[in-house]
Amino acid sequence: MMRLEKRATPSRAWSVATPVLAVLLTMIAGGILFAMLGKDPVAAIRTIFWDPLFNPQFAAYSRPQLLVKAGPLILIAIGLSLGFRAGVWNIGAEGQYVVGALTGAAAGLALYPMESRLIFPLMVIAGALGGLLWAMIPAILRTVFRTNEILVSLLLVYVAQALLSSMALGALRNPQGGGFPGSRNLSQWASSANPELIAGTGMHWGVVAAFIAVIFAYILLQRHMLGFSIRLTGQAPRAARFAGVSPRRLVILCFGISGALAGLAGLFEVTGPAGQISLDFAQGYGFTAIIVAFLGRLNPIGILLAGLLMALTYIGGELAQFMLGVPAAAIQAFQGMLLFFLLAVDILTNYRIRWAREAS
Amino acid sequence: MTGSDTLLRVEGLTKAYPGVVANSEVGFSLRPGEVHALLGENGAGKSTLVKMIYGLVTPDSGRMVLSGQDFAPDRPATARRAGVAMVFQHFSLFDALTVAENVALGMEAPPPMRDLARRIRETSATYGLPLDPARIVGDLSAGERQRVEIIRCLLQDPKLLIMDEPTSVLTPQEVDILFKTLRKLSAEGTAILYISHKLEEIRTLCDHATILRRGKVVATCVPRDRTARELAELMVGAVLTPPARAATPKGEVMLEVTGLSAPSPIPFGTALKDIRLSVRKGEVLGIAGVAGNGQDELLLALNGELRSAPDALRIGGQPVGDKGPEARRLAGLVSAPEERLGHAAAPDMTLTENALLSGAIRQKLVRHGFIDWTKVRAFANTIIRDFDVRTPGTEVAARALSGGNLQKFVVGRELSQGSEVIVINQPTWGVDAAASAFIRQAILDRAAGGAAVVVISQDLDELLEIADSFAALNEGRLSPPRPVAGLTVEEIGLMMGGAHGMEVAHDAA
Repeated sequence: MMRLEKRATPSRAWSVATPVLAVLLTMIAGGILFAMLGKDPVAAIRTIFWDPLFNPQFAAYSRPQLLVKAGPLILIAIGLSLGFRAGVWNIGAEGQYVVGALTGAAAGLALYPMESRLIFPLMVIAGALGGLLWAMIPAILRTVFRTNEILVSLLLVYVAQALLSSMALGALRNPQGGGFPGSRNLSQWASSANPELIAGTGMHWGVVAAFIAVIFAYILLQRHMLGFSIRLTGQAPRAARFAGVSPRRLVILCFGISGALAGLAGLFEVTGPAGQISLDFAQGYGFTAIIVAFLGRLNPIGILLAGLLMALTYIGGELAQFMLGVPAAAIQAFQGMLLFFLLAVDILTNYRIRWAREAS
Repeated sequence: MTGSDTLLRVEGLTKAYPGVVANSEVGFSLRPGEVHALLGENGAGKSTLVKMIYGLVTPDSGRMVLSGQDFAPDRPATARRAGVAMVFQHFSLFDALTVAENVALGMEAPPPMRDLARRIRETSATYGLPLDPARIVGDLSAGERQRVEIIRCLLQDPKLLIMDEPTSVLTPQEVDILFKTLRKLSAEGTAILYISHKLEEIRTLCDHATILRRGKVVATCVPRDRTARELAELMVGAVLTPPARAATPKGEVMLEVTGLSAPSPIPFGTALKDIRLSVRKGEVLGIAGVAGNGQDELLLALNGELRSAPDALRIGGQPVGDKGPEARRLAGLVSAPEERLGHAAAPDMTLTENALLSGAIRQKLVRHGFIDWTKVRAFANTIIRDFDVRTPGTEVAARALSGGNLQKFVVGRELSQGSEVIVINQPTWGVDAAASAFIRQAILDRAAGGAAVVVISQDLDELLEIADSFAALNEGRLSPPRPVAGLTVEEIGLMMGGAHGMEVAHDAA
């Protein structure tokens, strides 16, 4: 009989090994899935994990996409991970991402067509503030009225999407766009553009911000008292109150940081890769970032790697659809498996398996 | 009567857990109507032994004979059917249900509620255990809850009743009531297996005693023929020195609480009502009380987890009633809550991190918000060295430590901060005798060094040993503190609220 026995201290070796093990198990199970669909499993796995980076034919196009996709995922996931560690569940990053893009774009467009180096920084601040304020709604409702922040933050995503549509069709619509929905193209206006900084890498200001966020979060959690309070609250809420941590302050802070980072991600997206406020601007980065946060075990370095891996499976998944005709649903199932296996093998960090015959 | 002169015989019972042999070749026997004590320190193996008799734990080897037949219960229901009943130290009752509903939940085929209520009233009258079947359990005192458990057992008409540390939640008067009940049961032929480490109690109540140490039977005796001191030495296996204390002159008032009232943050908790106390430099104030009379709430109100009016609490003259734990630490008050894992310490964090948890402010372990881990580790090492915490190092999770070692760490962390006011709830709960003596001595040393100390405890002996003045909590009210010298047990009992719920008995009679 197999038994799980709790470890006295969590195993450090396993906490590093479990993500690798999870990826391997996903490859095996995914391979079986693809084989059952009549596709060559080895080719499918290679198309997803290898071709985006090294295929001589596509890599030039798909390699920069890696950072373009990973940037917002990492930036949002870093913010979310702080809250998740403290037991504060912001599920509405997608909404904060959209609102950040809207407020940032609006701040810039209000000054159009002025040319100034100050416009882009102003938009960055407006974007962060927009996301922060949108996140304050669930935070304040929770601290004052004890509402469930999961529900409120999630539902506000749909409000934000409705707001996006109304803005794309109304206030922010391009007056010279011939009546089509969507704002002016911000990436083509020098004052607001968020260009590729090094040609062929996909690196833009949002990716830079993501890397800075990783470093910032790492230091916060390792060295700063706020990071300690966050970890303490998540692990032992009563001990945190004993230590003197104010749970309300922490809820406001966690929502504030995650909202601001999601807002920033939205702003960098709308001024760079997306270029404009459009009806289909929301691509689900805010939801995928939740997966990235857990895939990276709520650890900044882990999130950096998980964001890159997730971006890879997205690009590779599209490639597999396009090249091998693997259905989109199978790709989604494959990504789901990754999360499933990660959470499943995670138990080995805190428990060890004992094989013992049951004494009866 | 069964006719045979032995009700239960236990032979060579052994049970090992990974890393520890809880019981090794334990044997004893019990006659009908006998009150038999199982005596031993925490961790001596008393609980494991009775859990085997009650069918909660299966022994590795050995055998039991009940009323002349082989007895190997595989679960509590089997043991109950054979006539074995048990009252646990921790009650398993539903706060939101009535007494009768709780009793019905423990029965395999409960009778209609009206009949059950009548039987509860009859049994409670017969055995002098006042209890109203219609009351909600959440509103009962600890002593009354215990009566629910006892009556639940008595309704099964047991041949053997096991009681695990029953008096730890009772006032002296309630203990008297319980003992009368137990003597009546014994006279009717019910054998009682009585677990305790309170020696005087055992000398008054029990016919025989089996003494366990580290899982082995080290002695059997008739407790009345022995002195409490002899029993203690058998139990501990060594001669213990009582803590030494110097008579220190008491200085100015360091902690003053006036008219502190606060609702309980705990469901079915006890609200604090108009608490008044003052503690001077060098003084130890002992606060007794039956569990659940506001001890937890009092600690929270003193350490700042529960706020009150600014003037309700002063530390060194400074009003801090509306301030949180950090501000109170800064003002000079440190505290150690009762629950070690989860409240006083974060189970999954290392000892270093747990040293930071309450040491950050007074030990100046943080500068501009940044943690100086080298300093924190040094602080953790100081605690480990000074308080003899047995651990492989500082980078071990708190939950990996044994209860006694973690308690030494938690108490040590607070006592090492050179603060003027120290509040400790249950300093030696679940800690072995040697570690208890160590902790009490450390508390006295800090008092001798000029600290004002508040010790909340349910162990009267402990309080009488270390306290200068004494008060008791009863339903959230604190009796006026009195000097320990000259207090009688009778007076202490009355301060603790006498016998809870006696008025119900008059109604029922």
